[in-house]
This record gives sequence, C-alpha cells and structure tokens, in this order.
Amino acid sequence: MPVVQIRERAVHVDDEGFLSRPEEWDEDLARALAEQIGITLTERHWEVLRFLRADYADRGQTPTTRRVDVVGGVPVKEQFALFPRKPGRKMAYVAGLPKPHGCV
Amino acid sequence: MKHLLILGGGTAGTMVANRVLHRLRVERDFWRVTVVDRDDRHLYQPGLLTVPFGAATPEQLVRSRRRYLEPGVELVLGEVEGVDTARGRVHLEDGRVLPYDYLVVASGTSPRPDQTPGMAGDQWRRRVHEFYTPDGAVALHRRLERWLGGRIVVHVTEMPIKCPVAPLEFTFLLDDALRRRGLRAGTELTYVTPLDGAFTRPVARDRLGGMLEARGVQVRTDFLVDRVDDRRLVSVDDREVPFDLLVTVPVNLGADFVARSGLGDELQDVPVDPGTLMSRAHPGVFAVGDATDVPTSKAGSVAHFEADVFADNLVSYDRGRPMTRLYDGHANCFVESGRGRALLLDFGYDAEPLPGRYPLPVIGPLSLLAETRANHWAKAATQRLYWNVLLHGRPVPIPSRAPRREPAATGAAV
Repeated sequence: MPVVQIRERAVHVDDEGFLSRPEEWDEDLARALAEQIGITLTERHWEVLRFLRADYADRGQTPTTRRVDVVGGVPVKEQFALFPRKPGRKMAYVAGLPKPHGCV
Repeated sequence: MKHLLILGGGTAGTMVANRVLHRLRVERDFWRVTVVDRDDRHLYQPGLLTVPFGAATPEQLVRSRRRYLEPGVELVLGEVEGVDTARGRVHLEDGRVLPYDYLVVASGTSPRPDQTPGMAGDQWRRRVHEFYTPDGAVALHRRLERWLGGRIVVHVTEMPIKCPVAPLEFTFLLDDALRRRGLRAGTELTYVTPLDGAFTRPVARDRLGGMLEARGVQVRTDFLVDRVDDRRLVSVDDREVPFDLLVTVPVNLGADFVARSGLGDELQDVPVDPGTLMSRAHPGVFAVGDATDVPTSKAGSVAHFEADVFADNLVSYDRGRPMTRLYDGHANCFVESGRGRALLLDFGYDAEPLPGRYPLPVIGPLSLLAETRANHWAKAATQRLYWNVLLHGRPVPIPSRAPRREPAATGAAV
C-alpha cells in the first residue's frame, strides 16, 4: 500500500488516493482531503461525513448515495451540491473510507 | 421436527433447499423443508439476455420449480404478505400462516421502473425498454426488429443490479447485431452509467476499458438519473442525454414483503453477515442470492457458492456450534462480447478479477479476462449445466473459494 504525506502526516492510501486505513482519519485530515478536491467544509458537509463514518463503523461498507439520502437524511440532489459531479466518491474520499463498491 | 422455510424458489432458494436436504440426510436428521413461491415457473434468468436478439423465447427458459426441488421438499404456492420474526411465522396473502424454526429469504431483486420519475410513463415499452423480465425482453426484441437507425442509449440507473455485467453484454451484442444488419453506421450508441467507468474494478477496467471505445460506443460516466423527460435522460446535476430508444436497467429492489416485515435496508435487501449470511438483526433468519446486501455481484454463481457453505453453517448453528464455513464473496461471470466470443471474470470480496486460467471440469480450463470462443461456448453450455447439475445441489468439482492470487504490484511511489 502506498503511503503519502498529507499535512506532515503519513497515511496509507490505495492507488486512487482513498485512505486504506480508515482509522488514520481525523477531522484535520478531512479538511486537508477536502481542500485537495476543492471543497471547503461547511456544517452540512460535516453532517454527511459523520453519518458516513458512523455507518461504516456499523456496517463495514461505505454507504451509497441512496443510503446517505434514505438513512442519513441528505437528499441526493443536495449531495451533488455539496460534493459536485461525483458525490459517492468524493464523500468517501473526504471521510477517509474505501471507494464505494462498484462491481467489475 | 424442525422446519426450514425458504421464501423464493429461484436459483438460490432451490439450491439451498436441495443442499440442506442432502446435508441432513447424511446426518440422518429429518426436517421439514418448505419453499414458497408465487408460481411454479422457474426462469433461467441469464437466458433473457439473448431474447432481444431473437436467440431464445421466454418459454424456452422456463421450467417447473417443483421438478427441480428434491423429493421431500414441499413447494407452497402463494404470495408472501409478511414475516413475523418475533413469533417465527410467515403470513401469506390468502391468510395461510407458515410457522418456521429457521427462515431463508431467497426472494431476489427486481427491476422497478416506477422508482424513477418518467421512466414507466406512456413511453414504457415504446421508446423506453428493459430486458430483465420476459415481457420486457420480448417487447425489446420486437422494437429492435423494426429499428432502422437513430440514437440508442443503454443505461444503468443505480447500482447494485443483478448480473452487473448484463448491460455491457447487451451493448456488445447490440453492436454486433446492428453491424450484421448493416445498421451500425446509422446508429449512435451511448452507454450511460452512474459509476465512474464501464468497469470499476481496477484490473478489469485496465484490461477491458477499451472494449466499448473499440466498438465506437460513447460512454457517459457519473450519470445519476433524476428523471426520464420525453426523449431525454436528465441527471441529478442537470446533464442530458437524448435518445430515440432507451434500454435501461431500472433500480433493483428486493421483494416488497422484505420492507413490510422490517427486514430490509434502503434497497429492500436483507443486511446479513457477509460470511455466515445470517441476518444482522434477527438470529435464525438468513438470506441468500440476490436478496442480500453482501458486497459482491448479484449473480447465479454467487447463489451457488453461498449454497455450498450455507447447509453446513445451518447445521452447525442448529447444534449450537459456531458457523465456520464463511462465504468469501466468490463470483464468476461470463461476459458475452459479441462475434461469438466471451470473457470470464472470477473474483471475491477481497480478490480482484485477474488474468489467468480457470479450471472448469469437462469443458476444460478457460481464459480469464480475455475474449475467446471457448468462453462463449462455455457460457452457452451453462444453461444445460444449470438445469441438469447445479440446481440439484450435488457437489460439483468447481472450486467454491474465491481465487487466492497475488495482487498485481501497484508500482506506486512511496
């Protein structure tokens, strides 16, 4: 697993830059990761991120946009506004979780 | 006498019923095993892919469910109203009540065009089609027979869907069929997906990513549809894709009774432990096949590999022992690529699909992640294997564990 330096911290990432050890994540790191993809975190972003972290801890899977909508209470349209173009991937990236499962 | 109740007599339900019966016979333990389904029509679902191209009719893909359940398994025909997990009972719509000791939810997942605004409107089965149901596949066949040219969009609404490679296969086969009829030049073909690529797992993406481009198919990624508006797909972030013919894969939802019974997640799939397949919320309730939330493909091969470990686990659980045969996400999928060729993918929760050879008895080793004629013929032979061997739940010398290959070196800088 590659290791990269983010704000003088060494973190493990996969070959697309998603954190491969979710336990290395904290809120400072989230701010740095968000900055890398051009997002300034607002309170609403944090609500999404906290839901993602809690849901992952509970189920061991990165939640889908549908789950963030139905269970997390943030409509898909708003997810696109908060994390433009690719909300599923961007939410996972900033929350320090594995890239959401596709298929093949 | 213990009673095992299985809701659904399709691929997974049938395999599990037969497997458990064999296993208990070995133990000289005799339970009641009951399968509930709404009808006695077992559909070989992978065959639906060939119907739009006139290679099969739905009647050729349907056989009696009863005929493929071992003697000793009872088939009850009825619509499930709901599951009362507190009392261990299943209610049918006609008022019958079926008590159980152990329950297996094997009720699959279904395309639900009603979930996307505008999809199931007045253009449904006119300009907007799907091929995951017998009626839909036949209607699409009739439409394609009359096709003269224009814009065809093949579209995936949302993941996960059953047989996740089917829309890609459909695109390859459509390209091939249009070429043979001299209609390809006059047809603009576009593939629209909510994912970030046609193939998302890295090795499959690198090896197969060019297959659509090589066929002149345009690809639109990260497209999450908000609505179907007349002859356009409109995304949540206001992008548009126009079409003359839309072939969509609607959102897949588990059975409605799963939601009514409080057993489901946001897709009406049953959340289960990915190793034991037991419900996280309800001990003694299991789910197999497409009805679960496990992070692997919704595919017949998955049902087969799950059934392999399930019977042993159920017996262990019943005896108060730990369930030790954990399912590892193993799946394999043939991908028809047109021109009489196919690919074979083999993977698991933690095992990426990788190139190599796959040991298949009788037919011989097959190439993984490569387009070959042998793979095409093996896929064609699978239907006979399915009816004659796989459903019976007898041991087949196909490895049930996911591949243990060394992951490819990433070569990324440290």
